[in-house]
Amino acid sequence: MPFMVVKFDLQKRVRLAQGLWMLYWTSVLAGIVLFSLGIFFKIELRKRSEIMNNSESHLVPNLLILLSLVACGINAFGGKMCHDSLDPQKFTKMKPALKPFFALSCGLVALLLLQVLLCVLMQFSVYLTLAEGLQFALRFYKDTDTPGRCYMKRTLDMTQIEFRCCGNNNFRDWFELQWISNRYLDMSNDLVKDRVLSNVEGKYLMDSVPFSCCNPGSPRPCIQHHLTNNTAHYDYDHRTEELNIWTRGCREAVFSYYSSIMTSIGAIVIGVIILETADMAGLKYLSTALETMADPENPECESEGWLLEKGVKETLGDMIGKLKTLGRANQVEEGGDAPEATT
Amino acid sequence: MSVGKVNFTKAEREKLAELLWLLNWISVVTGAILLGMGLFLKVEIQTWQEVMSEQGVLFVPHMLITTGLAACGINFLGGKICLDCADTNKFLRWKLVMMPYVICTFFFTACILAGALMCYSIRSQLEESLFLGLRHSMRYYKDTDTPGRCYLKRTLDLLQIQFQCCGNTGYQDWFQVQWISSRYLDLRSMAVVDRLRNNVEGKFLMDSVPFSCCSPLSPRPCIQQQLSRPLAHFNFDQQSQHLNLWRKGCRQALLDHYTGIMQSISLIVLLIWLFELLVLTGVRYLQTAMENVIRLGDPESESEGWILENSLAETARSNFNIIKNLGKCYQVDNDPNINVPAVMAEQEIQSDQVQVQRMG
Repeated sequence: MPFMVVKFDLQKRVRLAQGLWMLYWTSVLAGIVLFSLGIFFKIELRKRSEIMNNSESHLVPNLLILLSLVACGINAFGGKMCHDSLDPQKFTKMKPALKPFFALSCGLVALLLLQVLLCVLMQFSVYLTLAEGLQFALRFYKDTDTPGRCYMKRTLDMTQIEFRCCGNNNFRDWFELQWISNRYLDMSNDLVKDRVLSNVEGKYLMDSVPFSCCNPGSPRPCIQHHLTNNTAHYDYDHRTEELNIWTRGCREAVFSYYSSIMTSIGAIVIGVIILETADMAGLKYLSTALETMADPENPECESEGWLLEKGVKETLGDMIGKLKTLGRANQVEEGGDAPEATT
Repeated sequence: MSVGKVNFTKAEREKLAELLWLLNWISVVTGAILLGMGLFLKVEIQTWQEVMSEQGVLFVPHMLITTGLAACGINFLGGKICLDCADTNKFLRWKLVMMPYVICTFFFTACILAGALMCYSIRSQLEESLFLGLRHSMRYYKDTDTPGRCYLKRTLDLLQIQFQCCGNTGYQDWFQVQWISSRYLDLRSMAVVDRLRNNVEGKFLMDSVPFSCCSPLSPRPCIQQQLSRPLAHFNFDQQSQHLNLWRKGCRQALLDHYTGIMQSISLIVLLIWLFELLVLTGVRYLQTAMENVIRLGDPESESEGWILENSLAETARSNFNIIKNLGKCYQVDNDPNINVPAVMAEQEIQSDQVQVQRMG
């Protein structure tokens, strides 16, 4: 008993073919959208790879680009098949290609599901890469004369300005490392010498932050230095002051940006999966409707279309049986060969 | 002697009508593009309107928006007219409208050209407006507690960060204004009081700049204070000074930004103007061809189309005469239908002249 049977007359078949052709070309557009999203995400990752220690994983955008190209190809071919299906001669030529095409489409849907899963799971990887990368970035902020790290200061300053954040977890991360290079410290000055000698590692630590942490929305001019010393500034309490510098950490800020991109990509891929499934269902209906025409010479005759030839359980049973026999094919041959070898 | 006379067969007239229908629809799209560009320019100007002293510059985007809307309307009507013009019967419906439509489109096309030229000429007015506006903004930078000016500090900071500029002409402009509010100055401190007494107007002036002037491209952490004394900072050489802050003035930066936008817009508007001129010429040819067909009486025959019936000089003269005679409609001329005896005619002429004098 076929699964979800629908009766088709000539007009219905033509309308189905036309509608399915439009749907396939919409899917090609969706594939192009996915391609541009993949390129966009890859560029965004590359732009900030310096604060991720150049070790970020490009798996998600690469897979997305590949799948979008495959989807465009499959959908374009599907559109062509729909266009040809109403011509009986072309349909008979195209019939043998249908089964492999369905298998390919199923494979594409499975890979798209994998893509959605990756979009969700790889966010953890991005978070960890960011945490580690930002730590290095802050440490190498002052090394503007070291080859390979000259632009770290610029990148980190622009990131803090653009994402409105300060430091890794928060602004106090700047207190724990030396972000002013020794080249700009007057080592003959007693104050400087005291400060350098006052900690174990001989670093020049201060309770101040770079200018890129400043919040332009603050009503008073930015206070960057002596942040924890209330008496150093008139009418200033560092515990209640919220608007002076950005309070959010850059890890959280940049991660939420990437997380929103990946979530939107995942949502759009789910939409594309639904579109592809609709395409496959439509094509199955169209092909079965054209195959079951009682009189192939008479286009006006009625026919039936279905999704599955047998019921769901039977089809699954058949597929499992086929998979089992695929494995047993060698066994039967060996049994047949053995007696021949002896004789 | 007509200007631009061309012969049209029936088939050519129909093809011309179809082509013009298509061109009119493309013009609707270009009209929408004009509208979009006007809106974009308006939004760009309004984003930074706090640092502009007057809003005269908004005239340009408003003109673009109205011209764009007019273009959409006129070309939509034109498309409808041209489609009907292929058939002589349908043309009769539009006969009376055609001439005013052509004149309207001619003036509208002139407006587009004016719009394009205006984009080039607005530069000096913009520069003046920016100079005064930025000076005003820098003066009120510190007034974050005054209603109406609370967000001036944030706007100016974001401007300096985004456009990579500092001050009006350069960073020294900040030395001449008090940009730290008195609320945050400890007026009991001798250093502060000294500095306030140091100048005539009692302003707290320093040789320092806000943080938004800092350049992230500098290899050393930003130096904002004591900028006129390089020796106050360790190893603050010429190179470091050059890279430390943004060198460009915000007036120049904004001027460049807006001039760039307006130049691209005016180029596109000029192209649209040329296209509209083409459409106008086609419509004029179609109008004259159809009118001549009706005059000849035979819809199947060939007809002539032209841009002007007589030469340019004659048309100008006849139009000038029409305008001159518009005011003379109350005079009784030598109308041949009135039977006036010769003697009475002379007296009549004298009384006419008297009438003219009275009215004059």
